[in-house]
Amino acid sequence: MSTTSEALLLEGVRKSFGKLEVLRGIDLAVAEHEVVCLIGASGSGKSTLLRCVNLLESIDEGRIVVEGEEITARGVDVNRIRRRIGIVFQSFNLFPHMSVLRNITLAPVKALGVSRAQAQHDAEELLERFGLLDKRDEYPDRLSGGQQQRVAIVRALATKPGLMLFDEVTSALDPELIAEVLNVIRELAAGGMTMVIATHEMGFARDIASRVCFLDAGVILEEGPPEEIFTAPRQPRTQQFLQRIVEAGRL
Amino acid sequence: MAVVSTIVFLAVLVLLVVNSPGWEDVKRQFFDWAEFREALPEILSAFGTNVRIFCIAEVFILVFALVLAVLRSLPGPVFFPLRALAIVYADLFRGIPTILVIYILGFGVPALQLSGVPTSELFWGTVGLVLVYSAYVSEVYRAGIESVHPSQEAAARSLGLSRTQSLRYVILPQAVRRVIPPLLNDFIGLQKDTALIALLGVVEAFRQSQIDVAATFNYTPYLATALLFVLITIPLARFTDWLVARDRRRSQAARLAG
Repeated sequence: MSTTSEALLLEGVRKSFGKLEVLRGIDLAVAEHEVVCLIGASGSGKSTLLRCVNLLESIDEGRIVVEGEEITARGVDVNRIRRRIGIVFQSFNLFPHMSVLRNITLAPVKALGVSRAQAQHDAEELLERFGLLDKRDEYPDRLSGGQQQRVAIVRALATKPGLMLFDEVTSALDPELIAEVLNVIRELAAGGMTMVIATHEMGFARDIASRVCFLDAGVILEEGPPEEIFTAPRQPRTQQFLQRIVEAGRL
Repeated sequence: MAVVSTIVFLAVLVLLVVNSPGWEDVKRQFFDWAEFREALPEILSAFGTNVRIFCIAEVFILVFALVLAVLRSLPGPVFFPLRALAIVYADLFRGIPTILVIYILGFGVPALQLSGVPTSELFWGTVGLVLVYSAYVSEVYRAGIESVHPSQEAAARSLGLSRTQSLRYVILPQAVRRVIPPLLNDFIGLQKDTALIALLGVVEAFRQSQIDVAATFNYTPYLATALLFVLITIPLARFTDWLVARDRRRSQAARLAG
């Protein structure tokens, strides 16, 4: 363990799919309790970056360090690493054959070895906190998109991760359901959770982020506090991107 | 309306058949009530053997085929030999006619007279059915496994579950649920194919009816056997229909709700 207070550190991370180079040297340091929002056009590498941090994709070059431990080193137990990092996907990916409660307790019971009773107790506490306790026995199909995504967030929290990753978690939702999901994330931020959030919700990013990173063609082109990025971006590409967002009425 | 049209249709059909020339001969040869009553008890008790073969084989097929399907879905270059083995197996046993497999095992293996190896034709015939049907059923399972979207595995792995745990708790339960109708369809095939074991000399329903027919030169016992096979197939077929309909209703309900 190193003495750095960084919750997450990426150094020179590169990733290609075949000939397509999706990440072209990403350097990023996220301090504990920091909320970093990744913005940028589709295909700029936001999702791939998050999937690499969760080891769902292997990287070609560079290294990723989580809480002082290099997770991209050879021979690391990926299952152990993943339990410390929660990820929430755009398409929820709840397990459709399991009740809400089982969705949430599966990983604590099977991967962490927590007793079923304890896991249920913890899950109910989380559901209560996010106003979902009455849905504990429902199946995902019976829930609205917003409810499903909130359950997915609870599920990711159930292994008590120190770092949460959000991959455009509101992009598949009807507009009126977006707020309930964003509020959950706001509450997590207020609780001091370290988070990296890929999002198209610029208003949300401006409110919540301690830092905003603009990704363009696989590199972080510009980063800074939200007020700076959103009001006085320096790079022409960032200006162009935000201009288009404003024109679309999304900021 | 459906009732009326069905009654009229059946009445016409019966009249046509009964008044056709040669009906009396057909009736005597195939639908002799006295023969039927005489042969049925023996055939019925021999049919117990078919049911036993079916039930035992089914359990082994379900397990063995699942192992084959899982082997075939193992990713990465390390598992290539196991994947290849599963592929070769499926190709081989789907390619060879079932009757050949049963002959090779049922006559061939006991003839080797290996010590400690069973010599029962019934045993080897059942093994033959298990080997052949496992090849088919493993393909059904595989289709099910591949129909589960990769994002489900990503979600499971992202929670820290191992590959085996993801398969066990997330992928397979969904895969198996989706392939229940085609699985049952294969089992209907298996029920019928238990009659192939008769060719090894095992007295099951078909063999018993052959014995009866040979004694009287009346084919009614065959019809009795056919009736028994149909009777146990129908419940399974209707059950399959019901499952398919239920799944369709459910997914429709989910779509409408969403």
